[in-house]
Amino acid sequence: MNIEDILNERILVLDGAMGTMIQRYSLEEDDFRGERFLNHPHPLKGNNDLLSITRPDVIKEIHKKYLEAGADIIETNTFSSTSVAQADYHLEALAYELNYQSAKIAREVADEFTKANPSKPRFVAGALGPTNKTASISPQVNDPGYRAITFDQLVDAYYEQTKGLVEGGSDLLLVETIFDTLNAKAALFAIQKYFDDAGNVLPIMVSGTITDASGRTLSGQTTEAFMISMSHVPLLSIGLNCALGANQLRPYLQVMARESDTFVSAYPNAGLPNAFGHYDQTPEEMAVQIEEYLKEGLVNIVGGCCGTTPDHIKKIAEVAVRYKPRVTEVVYA
Amino acid sequence: MHKPLRLSGLEPVTVTPASNFVNIGERTNVTGSAKFLKLIKEDKFDEALEVALDQVRGGAQVIDVNMDEGMLDSQAAMVRFLNLMAAEPEIARVPVMIDSSKWEVIEAGLKCLQGKGIVNSISMKAGEEEFVRQAKLVRRYGAAVVVMAFDEQGQADTFERRISICKRAYDILVEKVKFPPQDIIFDPNIFPVATGIDEHKNYALDFFRAAKWIRENLPHAHVSGGVSNVSFSFRGNQKVREAMHAAFLYHAIQHGMDMGIVNPTMLEVYDEIDKELLERVEDVLLNRRDDSTERLLEFAETVKGSAKKKETDDSWRKGTVEERITHALVKGIIDFIDQDTEEARQKHAKPLDVIEGPLMDGMNVVGDLFGSGKMFLPQVVKSARVMKKAVAYLEPFLQEEKIKSGQVGKPAAKILLATVKGDVHDIGKNIVGVVLACNNYDVVDLGVMVPADKILEAARKEKVDIIGLSGLITPSLDEMVYVAKEMQREKFDLPLLIGGATTSRIHTAVKIDPVYDGPVVYVLDASRSVPVASELISETSRNNFKTKTKEEYQKLRHDHESRKELKNYISLTEARKNKAAIDWNEFIPVKPAFYGKKILLNYPLEELRQYIDWTPFFQTWMLAGRYPGILEDAVVGVEAKKLFDDAQKMLDQIIKDKALQANGVVAFYRANRTDQEDVKLFKDDAAEQPFATLHFLRQQNKKAQNLPNFSLADFIAPADSGKPDYIGMFAVTAGVGLEKLIEKYKAAHDDYSEIMAKALADRLAEAFAERLHERVRKEFWGYAKDENLANDQLIAEKYQGIRPAPGYPACPDHTEKRTIFEILEAEKEAGIKLTESCAMYPAAAVSGYYFSHSESKYFGLGKIEKDQVEEYAERKGMKVEEVERWLSPNLSYDI
Repeated sequence: MNIEDILNERILVLDGAMGTMIQRYSLEEDDFRGERFLNHPHPLKGNNDLLSITRPDVIKEIHKKYLEAGADIIETNTFSSTSVAQADYHLEALAYELNYQSAKIAREVADEFTKANPSKPRFVAGALGPTNKTASISPQVNDPGYRAITFDQLVDAYYEQTKGLVEGGSDLLLVETIFDTLNAKAALFAIQKYFDDAGNVLPIMVSGTITDASGRTLSGQTTEAFMISMSHVPLLSIGLNCALGANQLRPYLQVMARESDTFVSAYPNAGLPNAFGHYDQTPEEMAVQIEEYLKEGLVNIVGGCCGTTPDHIKKIAEVAVRYKPRVTEVVYA
Repeated sequence: MHKPLRLSGLEPVTVTPASNFVNIGERTNVTGSAKFLKLIKEDKFDEALEVALDQVRGGAQVIDVNMDEGMLDSQAAMVRFLNLMAAEPEIARVPVMIDSSKWEVIEAGLKCLQGKGIVNSISMKAGEEEFVRQAKLVRRYGAAVVVMAFDEQGQADTFERRISICKRAYDILVEKVKFPPQDIIFDPNIFPVATGIDEHKNYALDFFRAAKWIRENLPHAHVSGGVSNVSFSFRGNQKVREAMHAAFLYHAIQHGMDMGIVNPTMLEVYDEIDKELLERVEDVLLNRRDDSTERLLEFAETVKGSAKKKETDDSWRKGTVEERITHALVKGIIDFIDQDTEEARQKHAKPLDVIEGPLMDGMNVVGDLFGSGKMFLPQVVKSARVMKKAVAYLEPFLQEEKIKSGQVGKPAAKILLATVKGDVHDIGKNIVGVVLACNNYDVVDLGVMVPADKILEAARKEKVDIIGLSGLITPSLDEMVYVAKEMQREKFDLPLLIGGATTSRIHTAVKIDPVYDGPVVYVLDASRSVPVASELISETSRNNFKTKTKEEYQKLRHDHESRKELKNYISLTEARKNKAAIDWNEFIPVKPAFYGKKILLNYPLEELRQYIDWTPFFQTWMLAGRYPGILEDAVVGVEAKKLFDDAQKMLDQIIKDKALQANGVVAFYRANRTDQEDVKLFKDDAAEQPFATLHFLRQQNKKAQNLPNFSLADFIAPADSGKPDYIGMFAVTAGVGLEKLIEKYKAAHDDYSEIMAKALADRLAEAFAERLHERVRKEFWGYAKDENLANDQLIAEKYQGIRPAPGYPACPDHTEKRTIFEILEAEKEAGIKLTESCAMYPAAAVSGYYFSHSESKYFGLGKIEKDQVEEYAERKGMKVEEVERWLSPNLSYDI
């Protein structure tokens, strides 16, 4: 059964935060380095994506916990696995391998669960993050026309990431946490180029980020303008994630639910961060807010972002199962 | 179900039937706004952003951005402007229309848009395949598209062509490309009406009908267009234009046009249009009466100057058409010349009257300003460009008129120009052509390497009034004499003008004038060509001028004869005893890093530009002064600066596009001189037999005490010194690709850019020679490894060693280039050819020898005696007469 058919029948649950879970393992520099990067001349602690290679046991275990909690879709540990983002650690050359390995690990765990319960197939979404550079915003206050990265550079980086994710075994591609739409357009350009070259098409999910109560992305677009800017590519779903808690996200999600002719996704943070930067919304509190989405019929895919854990996902999955999915006027074709 | 067109900037724009009409801002378009163009050209992007902001505040729902201008780097300007717009939230709010006729510019623009914009435009002009490719990419970048009604056959100008092209494009886009039909916007071409041409009468009506047909037959597609085109015939008459725009829009919208490029400040409210004016405008638009154009023109006369709103940006546009034409010519502004010419054409009975009236009047002003030193050559060349464009615009009307009337107006005086056989240099000749054309001479330019028979044949066929010959290298002098003799033989009596770097008044007087009975005049530079030509054309002054010149040259010949007798020469044997005294015992030869050739292909132009000596560049443009001081010069500084800036821009572009290719060959050999002035070359250390011989000449004029009679051979160690010595040689060019580069300027009648490109190629070739010489000294030969000189010191030749070139004063025999070229295989290795006159082609080329000795220096050979000529001929294996012909300027005796 393919994912489109399932989405017409029920709400699918996406997993929760990877970073929050990794923190629980209190990993040190040595864990990040492993044997292979013992002599890498730059610090590697904090390069969570690298753990797919140096501590695959940890990443697999986290995937497993989310699947146990009831997630239908798990995201690969590749938020920063582009050559652009890995440049911070001087590991640009590792980009393909990171994506390939992360997809491979997720694939293995997901397959175990599907095998154990074929009536609930699990999917691997290859995650493409925003990178740490913006194609339509100048980082230099005095030179607004300056760009730290070009569209073409992003296309190259995303192409490599896509190739790794697909060849590693992803079922879907998820362009996520979009705060500059031009970056996402470059990702979509690269994905389509890859599909052309590989002669193979996977469903694409995109998820933007509304940064604050202004209701706009970091690059200034309203939800609707963002949706129009993504409309040239056939999508499995469009949605929002990160930055806000479920409650704050709701008005923008309503716009999406109203305007979108594809499936809609949402995976908010566990509330807003407290004074220490921690998320302290409990699973129960979050599930109550998510339930509001479901009552209104806003979403087809729901999950969690920063601060969420398998406990949050478990509660969300318990609620999701009780509601009908949002009805799309035009079924994804 | 209706599918709306949805666009986005930071905010969404949705085009539905209810949204009536989407107004696209047109002011950020360099082709439509002189003000915006000026801001971009002057790099005032901040102010240019204000133009965009004004439009958004004025209600534009989409902003059109166009940077298509010949002198701009359109792609870079597009990217920069879009990036800056993105940083202004108030502007970035609205979607962008990327407007360019160049796909690269469109694609670069698409890579800057986070929102969903519109591409303006693509078409089937270059065939279906390219159309499909571009459409797919437009879609992939996430934009809507304007499709022009244009196919392989050209632009659609009838109803039938409009709809058939649009239908074909629609089917391809929807079925093959899977382009969403609601994202397709057709531009079925808005053309000017009331032009006086019958075929144009249905232009507006056909547009309306096509718009209606598209909306009814091509589901979800939209219709757009540039509205101000429709009123071009009434340029300058704001009131009529505003009424035409309003009425056109009214009807177009009724027929389904739902988007458009409109300047809101040039739009009257439909209901407020004067009823009589509206009736006449609509008569024209809807082609309701045969005399509708005449009636609108008639009415237009009565409302002239009473425009409701004025454009503030180009105040000169408010003048009469004559004033505007003069202004455009003097300032070299090309943007409006077609419209102004059209306007003038409508005012005059015949198209020729426009040339002889307003255009010539304007050029006379240019000529006067140039003559009185208030304008400079680069400006005049730009004026000529405007003039040429105006004449090109009138050309079809002139043809039409000729056919209609069966007669031709009084033609302008015709001047034939040619660079003579064997010579390839033409910058100076082109400048003369431009200056003459500016003064209403009809110039027939035969180009370069033109043999005498071609010149005479063309002169007869074209019925020219004057022949002008040009040349840069010494053998061209002989060729000019030959042309003059042929003219005499064939009983011509046309005036003959002589010009070019190698020519002189004395040579013209002594060698050319005596062989031809017609008027022969030496012309020092382009500025002299006009007064000379006008004296020779005028019936009244012609004979007088001829007599005066003949007498003047007679006197010059006489003086030349008498002066010659005073000159003192010594025999070759005596001269040899007085050779440059170099102590070869003290000499420590430095061996080059390699023997034989080294080939340098595609040498980086970026590196060469730093070695450019700019002073000769300004000389080419007849601006006197040394660089960089000339940029601050009180008289020519402003123009010099402009010229210099244009040169930098073009150089940037050339480097970016790799439009020119610099190639070179350099070689070194072991060498010793003989006790004559020959230098024997050996392939390497071991070689016992020489493989080639270089031949040099020695000064023979009587010298003051302690001054030697130089020969270049003196700077090479003699065989009997027992020491090995070395010599180098080189040939470089920076002119590969030049012809292709100037093709487009020729097509655009853009002499300014053409001359600029050639002058830059010359400069790059010289810079290459300079740079290569530096590398030879420090690296390839390496006899001055520690040298460290700045460019001005290089230009001042403050280094050890010289690089004299055959044909130049120290070694004036051009035929020695053949030896150099054979050894270097310069044609095969670097693409540099020698003509029969030993001119190098491409013309932007330099060749020569390398001498390393610290005492080697440049000198002028001066005149030589027959004894040396005879011996030299024997050494070279040439006939004495042949050597005399090549060395004619250096002979102390007459031949």
